[in-house]
Amino acid sequence: MLAEIDNLRISFPTPSGFYEAVRGVSLKLGQEKLGIVGESGSGKSLTARALMRLLPSQARIEADTLRFDGIDILSASEQQMRAVRGKRAGFILQDPKYSLNPVKSIGALVAEVWRLHKGGSRREAMEAAINLLEQVKIRDPHRVAKSYPHEISGGMGQRVMIAMMLAPDPEMLIADEPTSALDATVQAEILRLIEELVSERGMGLLLISHDLPLVSHFCDRVMVMYAGRVVEELAASELSSAHHPYTRGLLDCIPSLSRPQERLSVLNRDPAWANP
Amino acid sequence: MIDVENLRVRFGSREAVKGVSFSVGQGDCFGVVGESGSGKSTILRVLAGLYDDWSGKVAFGGEAVGPRRQRAFFRKVQMVFQDPYGSLHPRQTIDRILSELPLVHGMDDIDGRILRALDAVALPRAARFRFPHQLSGGQRQRVAIARALIAEPEVLLLDEPTSALDVSVQAEILNLLADLRRERGLTYLLVSHNLAVVAHLCSHVGVMYGGEMVELTDAATLREGRVSHPHTQELRRLSVELEETGN
Repeated sequence: MLAEIDNLRISFPTPSGFYEAVRGVSLKLGQEKLGIVGESGSGKSLTARALMRLLPSQARIEADTLRFDGIDILSASEQQMRAVRGKRAGFILQDPKYSLNPVKSIGALVAEVWRLHKGGSRREAMEAAINLLEQVKIRDPHRVAKSYPHEISGGMGQRVMIAMMLAPDPEMLIADEPTSALDATVQAEILRLIEELVSERGMGLLLISHDLPLVSHFCDRVMVMYAGRVVEELAASELSSAHHPYTRGLLDCIPSLSRPQERLSVLNRDPAWANP
Repeated sequence: MIDVENLRVRFGSREAVKGVSFSVGQGDCFGVVGESGSGKSTILRVLAGLYDDWSGKVAFGGEAVGPRRQRAFFRKVQMVFQDPYGSLHPRQTIDRILSELPLVHGMDDIDGRILRALDAVALPRAARFRFPHQLSGGQRQRVAIARALIAEPEVLLLDEPTSALDVSVQAEILNLLADLRRERGLTYLLVSHNLAVVAHLCSHVGVMYGGEMVELTDAATLREGRVSHPHTQELRRLSVELEETGN
């Protein structure tokens, strides 16, 4: 089991006491593709960040179990965590525009990560970087390696981010809204690339997104979060038979190209969803 | 209501819009779809008077407009931007944000106008003295729509009005926009990368690709898939493929 979370609770201090943003989330991830879906503020990103202990210092994290490949995240030293972050679990973020260092060339960025985790000479690192850029299907890796982040497109930037994450051969990938900043055609290409790499290398994937149909298209299992809790968990292929009113509501309010509607149905939030 | 003929926009040596023509009837909604860099937002910004350097003919209600607009133009045409987090002044209350335009145009009964605008977008009147950061994303987009409505415009230019929002909030905003158009006979020009959103709200659709409008069709034809340009077919295929997962 790569990741094991049981009864995770994350809270933040506010003037009126602690606010619990994640309230008892449990999940297990092996070599599979798991999607976490929810609206903004549902706690989906916090859950993933807690697994890498990447939360702001004022956050209070409690869990019965919070383990990555047997390592207890809550009690691990900072040194142990550094051996996990990046090296064994890669994190792909939403917007390549803000996540790539603007003053380094693409080749230098990828080579830096490779060298950090694998050692070796500068020349070796640059060769490895070109090879990684090829693996993420960049057509002209030598030219791209010489360009700077502002000179490449968003889709290309996201490929570069993925190349950087792959450099240390991680066992797990966490992708937090990896394609929400991209166009529909590019979005499909990037997700297909992630899917291929994950299957080829036998990695585990945690895909976080607000887009329910998109996630179920690319994952094996889907967890739906609402107000800090998991309200429904199902196989991606069974999305059409989802029975929780929140999941159904999310699916129903998406405008459809094939089925015209006079009015879109609106999600009527039931307070009971938050407190069962 | 809106007539655009052979519109060309150039940024340095690159031509972003290469001779685009279309027209939108009174009370209609025209959708422009395309990917980033296709020139769809540039067209909208030219219509809003945000760029000076373009050639071609742009007319609203039969009146041709030049790069520089008269003050009266901005009462007739208003714009709603994509990001409700970036388009509202963070240090101004909703009251201050909404009173800006009536003050500039010397309108009377500002108090009544603000309350009516809040009611029109179904915001609680208590929101009037809040700051943008105290509202949710959907509420902020409602404020942005209220700010546009307060001018009592005839045309709304909508630049990806729901792409920064959750799907549940998107549905509420799209319903609101549909209601407002019906009640007030507004004309919309909607720019979006989401084919389903455009087909839902608009009767006619133009597809932009590489600065050109490669296909002009209506929503029903688009839904049936009787589209001819490969780029339109590709966009439609991706959109339908995802939909089928959920059904």
